[in-house]
Amino acid sequence: MQRRAFIAGFAVTVLPIAAAATPETMAAAIKQVTGDAAVRPGRVTLDIPPLVENGNTVPLTVSVESPMTEADFIKAIHVFNEKNPQPHVFDARLSPRNGKAVVGTRIKLADAQKVVAIAETSKGEFFSASADVIVTIAACIEDIT
Amino acid sequence: MANVLVNAPKTARKGETVEIKALIMHPMETGFRAGTNGRIIPRNIIEHFTATWNGSEIFRMDFSPAIAANPFVSFFTIAGESGTITLRWTGDEGFVAEHQVAITVT
Amino acid sequence: MTRLTIGPFTVGWALASVFAASWALAQSDPRHSGYQDMGPDLRRMQDDDTANPAMLFVQAGQALWQEKAGTANKACADCHQDAAKSMKGVAARYPAIPAGTDKGAGQPVDLEGRINLCRTERQQAPALEPESPDLLGLTAYVALQSRGQPIAPADDPRLVPFRTKGAGLYKSRQGQLNLSCSNCHDDNAGKKLAGATIPQGHPTGYPIYRLEWQTLGSLKRRLRNCLVGMRAETWDWDDPQYVALELYLMDRARGMTLDAPAVRP
Repeated sequence: MQRRAFIAGFAVTVLPIAAAATPETMAAAIKQVTGDAAVRPGRVTLDIPPLVENGNTVPLTVSVESPMTEADFIKAIHVFNEKNPQPHVFDARLSPRNGKAVVGTRIKLADAQKVVAIAETSKGEFFSASADVIVTIAACIEDIT
Repeated sequence: MANVLVNAPKTARKGETVEIKALIMHPMETGFRAGTNGRIIPRNIIEHFTATWNGSEIFRMDFSPAIAANPFVSFFTIAGESGTITLRWTGDEGFVAEHQVAITVT
Repeated sequence: MTRLTIGPFTVGWALASVFAASWALAQSDPRHSGYQDMGPDLRRMQDDDTANPAMLFVQAGQALWQEKAGTANKACADCHQDAAKSMKGVAARYPAIPAGTDKGAGQPVDLEGRINLCRTERQQAPALEPESPDLLGLTAYVALQSRGQPIAPADDPRLVPFRTKGAGLYKSRQGQLNLSCSNCHDDNAGKKLAGATIPQGHPTGYPIYRLEWQTLGSLKRRLRNCLVGMRAETWDWDDPQYVALELYLMDRARGMTLDAPAVRP
């Protein structure tokens, strides 16, 4: 089931003490991977809940359409965020042996923000998808702050 | 010995695409949180995860501090020969964990 | 490394029984567990035994069950054999007044307390620390054996005064915010507080993997979080008020399906 988040007006935030990443930092981190190549939308599906009950553990699955043959396969999936203290989430390396370019994990999101997934093909092409996620926190927690 | 939970099929048909899921207990301390004394708790994360099938790499993933505690990974692979799938995690503070599952391919 | 015996606890069974039971109950019963207040992704995380982080603790608990400990050099398994048989229904009826123990006779204990009584009196080993991985692992492993069972508090008349005290605690206002448990979890359950849905507060899933803690924790820990939330003084870990309150909460949840070990936000 595909799920794209919708942009919303507000979010409850929990910011860590260190400086946060910014959309510019994320763009720079993406550029380090893609260089000057064009990044096209499409082929990538970023499955992440649009409204997250707790930013500590957010399920995320990236799926990329690809024949996954020696001639044409996804060789890497890179995921970035724009508001955590640093812009990377994960880098996965794949090969035709994977059969399917689908990677699932759980991530931390410090704030309502955009998450971006970039898929790199064996032909040197880049495709991307992004999702806007609202992050809420639990009401009764351990710390008073 | 790390606490690991792996879900991989015990049997598969050759050429079948199978899903492998792995959970490992680890705090994944980001290095961005302050403790109650106001000082930053040092970073302690798993950095790399690799999976091999009879020694050949089938998947690799680099984690950042943005991966949640007790990290979960799922990926797919095409069933090759019968043998052993080895999952390996390495990270800060010399952390190394390895887990093997046997698989019979017919 | 031990391999968790998933055996009877397949994904389909867990998903079907918990969901079916709570669906059936929902038809006539206004009560529902915190499971239903979660979104589909978290429910899926809880339902899949191979992806539920709480199962890491269950696996550790299963290993501890077999491990000899203390000067008596006994493992839980030496007396209780197969937990799937001997522990079935136990978590569903706790807290209870344990039979045949010497310490604090006549006082009800929660599951953690009962495990520690076995630890100190039968295994002759030091008690496990509150919220320690070992105690949580064993509690999770024992609680799992009651998964899918209806909550069935013991009908022991000796429990009545403690349960009544618990009911009183639930309804009395406390803390700087002058709130009682009832104000949120009875009067305002289902509404939002700081963006989160207020649950009805039934302890059906304990010990829980709380995403906020990024680890497994007991009902006591969760109740302490509530006390902090109300800006009330937290009770000491060994305060009998926790057990009294849990007695009331389990009675209030009587008949609901136990879905331990659960995932909660």
